[in-house]
Amino acid sequence: MVEWTDFERATIADIFSRMQYEVVGPAALARCLIVYPWTQRYFGNFGNLYNAAAISGNPMVAKHGTTILHGLDRAVKNMDNIKATYTELSVLHSEKLHVDPDNFKLLSDCLTIVVAAQLGNDFTGEVQAAFQKFLAVVVSSLGQQYH
Amino acid sequence: MSLSAKDKDTVKLFWAKVADKAEEIGSDALSRMLAVYPQTKTYFSHWKDLSPGSAPVNKHGKTIMLGVADAVASIDDLNAGLLALSELHAFTLRVDPANFKILAHCILVVLSIKFPKDFTPEVHVSLDKFLAALARALSEKYR
Repeated sequence: MVEWTDFERATIADIFSRMQYEVVGPAALARCLIVYPWTQRYFGNFGNLYNAAAISGNPMVAKHGTTILHGLDRAVKNMDNIKATYTELSVLHSEKLHVDPDNFKLLSDCLTIVVAAQLGNDFTGEVQAAFQKFLAVVVSSLGQQYH
Repeated sequence: MSLSAKDKDTVKLFWAKVADKAEEIGSDALSRMLAVYPQTKTYFSHWKDLSPGSAPVNKHGKTIMLGVADAVASIDDLNAGLLALSELHAFTLRVDPANFKILAHCILVVLSIKFPKDFTPEVHVSLDKFLAALARALSEKYR
């Protein structure tokens, strides 16, 4: 069971309540596909991913980025039981999508950087620590059904 | 994943934009690292004050960024340019190289905060590659 301090709960709730999922999601996914191009292996049917501009403007990337953030939202709303919340998603990513779980960390780093740009100086060291702890739990939960 | 000519140009151009804030960037990145990755504090048990913005943190953040500036200047031959620093980290400091990645991530977060418009995904990838190359050069003498 993950222990969350009051500060961590409040910080996560605050960050996500202020977030525009349809801006942050696409930006984070696009950044991940650009900075770690091997992650494109999972998006063969997304059309034009030839360069940064194409990726940033790709509507399928945008749509999927938003989907991912809505998936994260489920963890935000179930912070005391992220593991159970993500059991099905973990099976999906492992059995159907065959995503190397190392990729979850790559996306999570990109999400941190996008959120940092959004929040500016509000993204203090303590806020970053809470946010990264939350993402680490998400990443771990998404990996738990792999075998 | 070696640095292309485009990566080097991107890094040099971006560095020119941010160089005058180097001290702040270093201090903020180091403060963040100590807060977000508490295990890194083990390397600084000799400091009286590990809090963000404290004197030792600021001073050391500046030292680190001077090293990064050296690396930018030696971008065409990082191993040669960082030889002395590599020996320092290998034989004296003995910082586990995994921590270079951690600090690099914190530097990128700080750049994203301070330069949200300039720190585009293209700049991000070149800088990420550069900091990884820097880390490799720094670990060169470890074994």
